[in-house]
Amino acid sequence: MTALDDPAHSAEAIAAASTAETPTAPSKSAGITRFVGPLAVFGLFIAFWYFVHHVLMSEPKKPLVPVPHRVVQESILTWNIERGTAGSRTGGGLLKLLEGLWSSLQVAALGLGIAIALGFLLATLMSQATWVQNSVWPFLIALQAMPILAFVPLIGTVIGFNFRARVMVCVIIAIFPIVANTLFGLLSVDKGYHELMSLNGASRWTRLMKLQYPAAMPSIFTGLQISAGLSVVGAVVGDFFFRQGEPGLGRLINLYQASTEYEQMYGAVIMSAVLGILVFVMFGWLGNRVVGNWHEKRTG
Amino acid sequence: MTTQPVAEPTHPEESGGPGPALVFDELSMVFPDGTHALDNVSFSVDRGEFVTVVGPSGCGKSTLLRIASGLEQHADGGCVVDRDSIGYVFQDATLFPWRTVRKNVELIAELHGESSAAMASRVDESLELVNLDEHQDKYPRQLSGGMRMRASLARSLVLQPNVFLFDEPFGALDEISRERLNDELLSLFKAKNFAGLFITHSIAEAVFLSTRVLVMSARPGRIVADYEVPFEYPRSHDLRYEPAFAELSGKISHDLRGAHP
Repeated sequence: MTALDDPAHSAEAIAAASTAETPTAPSKSAGITRFVGPLAVFGLFIAFWYFVHHVLMSEPKKPLVPVPHRVVQESILTWNIERGTAGSRTGGGLLKLLEGLWSSLQVAALGLGIAIALGFLLATLMSQATWVQNSVWPFLIALQAMPILAFVPLIGTVIGFNFRARVMVCVIIAIFPIVANTLFGLLSVDKGYHELMSLNGASRWTRLMKLQYPAAMPSIFTGLQISAGLSVVGAVVGDFFFRQGEPGLGRLINLYQASTEYEQMYGAVIMSAVLGILVFVMFGWLGNRVVGNWHEKRTG
Repeated sequence: MTTQPVAEPTHPEESGGPGPALVFDELSMVFPDGTHALDNVSFSVDRGEFVTVVGPSGCGKSTLLRIASGLEQHADGGCVVDRDSIGYVFQDATLFPWRTVRKNVELIAELHGESSAAMASRVDESLELVNLDEHQDKYPRQLSGGMRMRASLARSLVLQPNVFLFDEPFGALDEISRERLNDELLSLFKAKNFAGLFITHSIAEAVFLSTRVLVMSARPGRIVADYEVPFEYPRSHDLRYEPAFAELSGKISHDLRGAHP
């Protein structure tokens, strides 16, 4: 590792010395390939979807994999199918999906918020004393390793099969990357910077505020991005088990499956994916806004 | 535990009184793991003196600076210095990447609780002294290695310390940047008249900068040779190619070879 680090470091120093005035900009040719590649893969995926429907599925099974354009047409491009009309037992259309999205978004946002606050606090405490770190760490690993599904009956029985239970699933799923990345960021500040603070009589608090938190920001945002994605997973999965209250996207997927309205079900799945990607991109953007101007390794 | 910071006024103008700014008195140092780092080192540095210590790798040169600054606390014997008036320049520039050059220069003053209005003019002056005033709004990653080092120097200058400790600050720079920074450091030294203690591996750098060069032996570090450098300041760039310069460098090189185990 160190043997590899050294030449890279000096090469970087030489590059920095020779191009003192201009920070490295991404080359222009990368601009086009950035879009062509992903679009081609997306095209392949859609083609495969049609292939599955037309070729792999036998006639009676074809409704299980409705073709993409029908899914988009029936669920996303249709505003509202009232319950009971057009043979629909659950209702459907974009309105229904947006309502589910809103419900899931609330669960995910609240769960993520709690996970961030709790995780941040925990990581900060752990960074301040080795004994705190050693005491808490094994249980975080355990929390991460234990299958969340095993807790479902427990959570449901104790706090009810409702909104709060769904939030709790989110917190449990989302907290680990925040703690791990924040702690890693806080602890991996170079010794030289700490000595600079010591020389100038910085208190623990000053050190944390002026050195450790800012230095940890890139790492914290990496954790936030992962956790934000996980919180959406938590919200959708929580829906499968805790069904009281406003139906979220997970609940809709359930209902549509039960009523064999597969176009609508696929629509709900797509909507969950959109929510996850949206949250992921948003935190990536936020991270870039906060540390992009000084942190070299962040890319869009 | 006889390392005693003495109470001295922190303003350089008022502390030009008698007595050296930095004194090592029969200083020995054994690390808790048993490594014998320094053995009975005694010398002092006055304001207006620039002392450089050269020696083999791992001989304890840097430990001297760490003891003087208080980063190392297991020393046996004396080190007397006003800890509130030390500028410490590290091997790395240790600039905060999330702060602009100017914000980095403000850092130390900030840590000492100075208001930003009070420090503004001294920050301006420091940036001008190292020729970085035009680059003050850049981030460290936008600077060359030499510019980063100059920003690091400017940061230490803001509090106008009496004593400057340099821990191989230019070791990672290319030859041309290093010589240019040597020139600049000398004009800083003449302008500010601080007491300088400099650590380096480069004999040419040592002779060019210093009023006095000390040669340290391999571990445990002892002072084995002590040279007054006779050249007048201001020293021009071409001093490096004069016979007297080469002669002194040769002597130091000879002693240094003897100092290796």
